[in-house]
Amino acid sequence: MLRQVMDETLTLLSFGPDGWSDEIASGVIITVTLALATLPFGLLLGFFVALAKDSSEPTLRLASEIYTTIFRGLPELLTLFIVFYGAQIIVRQIAGLFVEQPTIEINSFVAGMFALGLVFSSYASEAFLSAFKGIPSGQYEGGFAVGLTRFQTMRLVILPQLIRLALPALSNLWLILLKDTALVSVIGLADILRQSGIAARVTKEAFLFFGTACLLYLVLAIISSVFLGTIERWSKRGEALR
Amino acid sequence: MTAAYVMTDLKPAMPPPPDVAAGWTLARVSGYAFLGLWLAGAIGLILMLYNGFDPEFYARYGPKFLNGLIVTLEIVFLSLLIGSVLSLPAAAGRMAKNPLAAVPAFAFVYFFRGTPLIAQTFLVYYGAGSFHDPLEAAHLWWFFSDPFYCVIFTFSLNTAAYQAEILRGAIQNVGKGQWEAGMSMGLSKLTIYRKIVLPQAMIVALRPYGNEIVLMIKGSAIASIVTVFDLMGETRRAFSRTFDFETYIWAAIFYLILVELLRRLWARLETRLTRHLVRTTASTAKGGQADADVETAIEDPVVTARI
Repeated sequence: MLRQVMDETLTLLSFGPDGWSDEIASGVIITVTLALATLPFGLLLGFFVALAKDSSEPTLRLASEIYTTIFRGLPELLTLFIVFYGAQIIVRQIAGLFVEQPTIEINSFVAGMFALGLVFSSYASEAFLSAFKGIPSGQYEGGFAVGLTRFQTMRLVILPQLIRLALPALSNLWLILLKDTALVSVIGLADILRQSGIAARVTKEAFLFFGTACLLYLVLAIISSVFLGTIERWSKRGEALR
Repeated sequence: MTAAYVMTDLKPAMPPPPDVAAGWTLARVSGYAFLGLWLAGAIGLILMLYNGFDPEFYARYGPKFLNGLIVTLEIVFLSLLIGSVLSLPAAAGRMAKNPLAAVPAFAFVYFFRGTPLIAQTFLVYYGAGSFHDPLEAAHLWWFFSDPFYCVIFTFSLNTAAYQAEILRGAIQNVGKGQWEAGMSMGLSKLTIYRKIVLPQAMIVALRPYGNEIVLMIKGSAIASIVTVFDLMGETRRAFSRTFDFETYIWAAIFYLILVELLRRLWARLETRLTRHLVRTTASTAKGGQADADVETAIEDPVVTARI
């Protein structure tokens, strides 16, 4: 009896025609791709928002404060829907100027990437901002004193220190981003959760497949932690050993 | 002859240099541009709500939205309450030296913090169907067949894991010397906990607790995916019937107000509870504004508390 259940379970989780592992594996690839694609976009945007928050110009500070208040206050799911349906309406209206009755669908991957990037950047800006505050102004002055331009000072003096200071918070945000990608399955992206949901509906083994999905997210988190640990050690290579 | 050393031909104080005109720097131009963008967006939204004003729409969906808001608040409140109770043994387990307690607590916290809330919700709500017969036999099926109960169940466990870590971090933040001082005065362990450690830990935990509530409010939107008609659920229902984008705008306004209100309230509470940590300087002791000092006290209550 137990043997039979085990066999059935293994068949369901196999890569063969009766198994769902190939489908779920493709979901894993989609999830990882989405998170990796969102990361540079969110980091770059977050960096510029942090620059704006750190600026001496009050209008720029206010504008960036509004940005983070909105995207940190809205549920990620709602941001996702607003981007997904809102972009659809806007694109259709623009396309409607050229063609009658346009039938354009926004790609759920792009909508997810954009929405998650907005959320990620508003949290990342806080991480960058507190890192900026941890860098004494003497570092800028030192850069200017040896004749570096503002851009060079930022790139060669400030940024390497900034990365080191912001890394712990950013690692945390990466793990959150990885989990948030699961929300994009709601607008139809074939990620881990959606693929295992399909498997659960077809085979009527919901607990098995959603449990597998949870474990896969855990595995991704563990792999990320290992990578992030390596990056953190690399970023600290210039620090004196204690 | 000391007078010889006194300078008599002092120059009059120089007037301060004139203010340098800021000019239209890149920062300034982009600041105005982005503010203009926000303003344009806000005006656009108001116009959209105004032009699309339809009394019938508001009469039909207004009350439903309010109902949804109440359901959202119910979910958040109940989950946080149950979660805070469950977090106590979990935090104790995480701090325990005995592996029989530490390992399950670690696994619990790691699982619920490491997997997406939406996947956990699916696991409970749909996964319960895999155990239909035993649950029926245990007279628990009514609980796991109801999406609302399932959501409360999942969210409570989820927030319990997060709250356990907050609690553990805060308690372990209290210095060892506090324990030693208590013991040297002959206090029992429980008294030290209750009177010395917990009060200090709670101040450290205050801010993360506030963040956890905000996370819960935002996370509660996930309940709508398993057919609970909370604020997000009512929004989705209204949108699927009317295809009116206004519904999402209204939901966004509601959520933003909810989160902002809570943030403000929490900041007030924090100022109140940490008022003994405010360092009174000469100017503030005379009843002046102490806001600046409150800010520093809250930002690093641990450091301030030890001074």
